[in-house]
Amino acid sequence: MKVVNQALPSVDGKGLMMGKKAYSDDYAEPNSLIVKVLRSPHPYAKIVKIDTTKAEALDGVELVLTYKDFDRRPFTRAGQGYPEPSPHDKFVLDNYVRYIGDEAAAVAAVDVRTAEKALKLIDIEYEVLEPVLDFETAFENKIIIHPEPEIHEMFPIGFDPKKNLAASYHMHVGDVDKSLEESEVVIEQSFYTHAQAHVMIEPHTVNSRMDYQGRLVIYSSTQTPIHVRRIISQALDYPLSKIRVIKPRVGGGFGGKQQVHGEMFVATVTIKTGKPAKMIYTRKEVFESSYSRHPMRFDLKLGSTKDGVLKAIDAYVVSDTGAYGEHALTVFMVAAAKVFPLYNKVDSVRFHGNVVYTNHTPGGAYRGYGAIQGNFALESAIDMLCHKLDIDPIEFRHKNMIKETETSPIFKIMGEGGEGIEMFMDTCKLDYCVKRGYELIKWKDIYPNKYLGNSKYKGVGMAIAMQGSGIPYIDMASATIKLNDDGFYNLMIGATDIGQGSDTILSQIAAEALGTTLDNVIPYSSDTDLTPFDTGAYASSTTYVSGNAVLKAGKEMRQMIINEAAKVFNVKPEDVEYDGVVLKSGENEITLKELSNRLYYNEDQKQLQITSSYYGTKSPPPFMAGFVEVNVDKETGEVEIVDYVSVVDCGTTINPMLAKGQVEGGIVQGIGMAMYEEVIYTKKGKLVTNDLMNYRIPTRREINKLTTEFADSYEKSGPYGAKSVGEIGIDTPPAALANAVYNAVGVRITTLPITPEKILMALKEKEKGE
Amino acid sequence: MEIVNYFKAKTIEEAYEKLQEDKANLIIGGGAWLRLSSKTVETAIDLEHVGLNQIKETKDTIEIDAYVTLREVEKNETLKNLFSGIVSKGVNGIMGVALRNLVTVGGSIAGKYSFSDFITPLLAVNTEVVMYKAGKMPLEDFLKLRSREKDIILKIIIKKEEMLGYYYKMKKTGLDFAVVNVGITNQDGHYKIIVGARPSLATFAVKAMEFINNQKEVTEKVMEETAKIAGEELKFGTNSKAGKEYRTELAKVYIRRGLKEVTK
Amino acid sequence: MRINIEVNGNLKTYDVAPDDYLLDTLRADNIFSIKRGCETSSCGVCTVLMDGKAVQSCTILSVKAEGHKITTIEGHQKEAKKLSEHFGHQGADQCGYCNSALALTVHAMKDEIKEPTNEDIKEYLVGNLCRCTGYEAQHRAIKLCLEDDE
Ligand SMILES: Cc1cc2nc3c(=O)[nH]c(=O)nc-3n(C[C@H](O)[C@H](O)[C@H](O)COP(=O)(O)OP(=O)(O)OC[C@H]3O[C@@H](n4cnc5c(N)ncnc54)[C@H](O)[C@@H]3O)c2cc1C
Ligand code: FES
Ligand code: FES
Repeated sequence: MKVVNQALPSVDGKGLMMGKKAYSDDYAEPNSLIVKVLRSPHPYAKIVKIDTTKAEALDGVELVLTYKDFDRRPFTRAGQGYPEPSPHDKFVLDNYVRYIGDEAAAVAAVDVRTAEKALKLIDIEYEVLEPVLDFETAFENKIIIHPEPEIHEMFPIGFDPKKNLAASYHMHVGDVDKSLEESEVVIEQSFYTHAQAHVMIEPHTVNSRMDYQGRLVIYSSTQTPIHVRRIISQALDYPLSKIRVIKPRVGGGFGGKQQVHGEMFVATVTIKTGKPAKMIYTRKEVFESSYSRHPMRFDLKLGSTKDGVLKAIDAYVVSDTGAYGEHALTVFMVAAAKVFPLYNKVDSVRFHGNVVYTNHTPGGAYRGYGAIQGNFALESAIDMLCHKLDIDPIEFRHKNMIKETETSPIFKIMGEGGEGIEMFMDTCKLDYCVKRGYELIKWKDIYPNKYLGNSKYKGVGMAIAMQGSGIPYIDMASATIKLNDDGFYNLMIGATDIGQGSDTILSQIAAEALGTTLDNVIPYSSDTDLTPFDTGAYASSTTYVSGNAVLKAGKEMRQMIINEAAKVFNVKPEDVEYDGVVLKSGENEITLKELSNRLYYNEDQKQLQITSSYYGTKSPPPFMAGFVEVNVDKETGEVEIVDYVSVVDCGTTINPMLAKGQVEGGIVQGIGMAMYEEVIYTKKGKLVTNDLMNYRIPTRREINKLTTEFADSYEKSGPYGAKSVGEIGIDTPPAALANAVYNAVGVRITTLPITPEKILMALKEKEKGE
Repeated sequence: MEIVNYFKAKTIEEAYEKLQEDKANLIIGGGAWLRLSSKTVETAIDLEHVGLNQIKETKDTIEIDAYVTLREVEKNETLKNLFSGIVSKGVNGIMGVALRNLVTVGGSIAGKYSFSDFITPLLAVNTEVVMYKAGKMPLEDFLKLRSREKDIILKIIIKKEEMLGYYYKMKKTGLDFAVVNVGITNQDGHYKIIVGARPSLATFAVKAMEFINNQKEVTEKVMEETAKIAGEELKFGTNSKAGKEYRTELAKVYIRRGLKEVTK
Repeated sequence: MRINIEVNGNLKTYDVAPDDYLLDTLRADNIFSIKRGCETSSCGVCTVLMDGKAVQSCTILSVKAEGHKITTIEGHQKEAKKLSEHFGHQGADQCGYCNSALALTVHAMKDEIKEPTNEDIKEYLVGNLCRCTGYEAQHRAIKLCLEDDE
């Protein structure tokens, strides 16, 4: 392979560093109306009066929107395929507000100052209602968060708003109660994960205008332009054909830009006024008023034999979806579907529970998507079991984890929002990953710990993980390749580059298939008018699903070129030799450049262009083993992360350097979730950690060393052997770090994040007990 | 923050006069902390051109003008070497370079921030604050000042003295505020112990200092006891950064470690 | 208020309110390299150089820049290009939103510190948050770029 599996520089990095116009706000019309949203100060309230006359009278105010301006048409902002597995439980504006930061009204004005002034002039009276702030008491609470009759599910997802249920789910394999009873060793533990925030550095940004054909053109920092177009059309009852959504460069997404944010407001403003409009979320709005990871409680039971054969996994899970049920069921299911098959030799598995509404900022899609929550619980619990059994955690995993060619019944039972499909692991190098990580971290020398002096202990910990590669039979992608004169290609893709590098790696795949160089392929993503359908950048689908579409298109284009040359030479296509530059048949020779110029201008004129589509019929999981070395100060609880070793099986790395970047970026986000990022609400339901001074993501100071390697692996169904790599990196840190801290100083933290304070307090507790 | 008028004073007198003109007038330093407030400022008075931009050294002192940035303080060679460099160290732990290039000594003292990583080390050494109207006073007294009169900080004066110093800021990430910070100095057997971000304003551990300063020999046991006394006498509290109990423990550990470091 | 600022070598006159921030003033003047990330001086993507020193343009009032020299990456294209080449080879490019500010800060660091150590680099750039890369690749690229200069 000449282009694929090569560490080539990204196609766009240079221009971005040089500061070229590239991101959504760079494309806003200079005279855009500024849209600002009046946000609820109450966690739950009914708007009993709303008077906008004073605000409207303010000089420079163009429009004020309240719930009265919108039809009562429920929708979901989830940004998924249609019909969505998320309940339609949201109105663009409603006469109820359901969390602090929820939308109560919106204004459009000539500038920011006027818009902000206008917000203060909206005369609004709330009937304050008692909120549900503790997700553990939400189910069947007497307070109902969604009493409105219009809301509904699109197909059965266990939606029951009278019980504050956005979704619920139950699955089992075998008889868990019986297996647990028969198990010689059982452990039982609850784990809590918190509402990690994405903190993509570019806030949600969107702007709109009417073009000269009277069509609504939206630039949005989104992961899902095609879904955005559909959702706007449905929610605003505006013709799909009159909407164009363009995704320019996106300053990070991580799932946070899968869903719809300010699009409804700018679209409405532009439709109503005919004027361009724009909206940039403040950082506070990004924290309070978009969405974050679903917090979960995992009640986990594991059963095994005395000699360490895992027999049963039993999990009851409660997930907090906040005020709206976006991704409620699917995130919940992934918490088991992309975690539990790691231990495929068990006799029985049960996974069930509820996704409840509360009056908190909603949960939604976020890299890891349930798997990180499930991984923290399961991989922590496995280590607890190992300690109880007095078995080395490495040995236990080697014995119990999934191996190549094997399967798990869970694959068939659980998909995302419905049933899954049976899958055998054609590639699974987990074995190698664990072995290699064990060496790299020097497990043998350190495990469980080493005293460093001055109350400091060095410890190691590990966890294994899996993800998916797209959603089979749901995620669909397409790619268009066009041959230009001079023999260069345009690659038009609906797949959205949000910083993960898909423009580069999809171009690499195209270049490889076309037999050309990377600079000869010009990628463009995404524009609903120009680029073909793609579900979007989520579910780890881009490399595998979109990559396969590109590969198909590349191969077909190559054949088309050969066919054209055959016509020129007057031979059969089979008799044409082609190296990507020159086409030959016997004595005949024509370069691609000559051929393409001829097709444009001279003979047998035509445009060569091909669009190919692909949807997955399986979702081959990438796997990884994460190992971490920590130094823990037993007197202060402070933790230094010395090295994080990742050994990853993602099939072929289309671009090894960019793949490494995906893993490392994921690891550091996972470390953030595990150690530093804390979500604090007041008793009244106000988010305290609503800015970057209080919500602390890792800085370069916390990151000492990341060691990242890839297993030699080739997934036949993937483009050039690739599986996904976008999400897998984030999954292991919470459990690996919890395990490392335990190994270092002997305390187990079961509620994220693992702060120095929790460690020290647990150590004190333990001392008392001893 | 909203600012109605902006006034670039040419002299300190002019600035002072302007300051008195309206209740809602105020001095702006780097403006970084002000930016976060929701105040409406009638006239923001900028000190860039009044000549408060220098660090001057005399034989016995270092005088740092109010409009000097924290980055300049941090980079000052004399301060890097005095008191084991604790003033530079304190400043160095505040956010990133780009913020320290902006924020000023005046703003950092005037705000009396409870989380301050500047005030804690300054208290541990001999620091005076010079105000335009109220004149010169020890930093300690300045922090207690409850005067309603609006004044302008002109500079701080740090005495150059031989002493060993220790400063530690416990923070969770590179950009975080302190969970607790500890400053300790030892000048010929005389110890000062300051704990800040408890989460309230930095203060002396008076009883602990009295205890340790009355010991003939400072053994590890004495240090342990000193830390314990400090833990008991100082008020600690809970906020979003940490709980009271943890802060107390942490302060004790770092006082003990600090004492050890400055006792050689 | 009318103010004069030298931006990337050109004298510019802007009409600003007393509480306008440099970030907004410059972006309105089509200087797209500086980004908005947090508005609380916490992320660093708005960094510009004022008289050669890195400052956060979201925090500095436009009136404070009066009479000073402001440089953005538009004024340091060669440097940006060079650093970006190292970024490219180290796989340090992701969303790119933090990159221009980072390049500027690296430039300021070079001016201020001779032969910075690993620790110096981390310390100097700690205010430049990146949520995508995990920092390691950026760090490698920056080091190589510095070595190139020697
Ligand atoms: C995001 C962020 C994080 C921070 N983290 C830390 C930290 O971890 N540790 C730490 O120690 N500090 C921290 N700080 C505070 C910072 O170090 C400065 O102390 C603070 O910003 C004030 O300095 P300034 O120049 O910006 O003052 P300004 O914001 O301009 O002014 C602050 C106050 O001081 C008054 N003032 C300014 N100059 C004078 C004067 N000469 N005379 C009288 N009054 C005056 C002003 O009227 C105002 O009331 C942080 C600041 C920010 C913005
Ligand atoms: S926008 Fe974040 S520091 Fe300026
Ligand atoms: S590359 Fe995305 S924030 Fe740094």
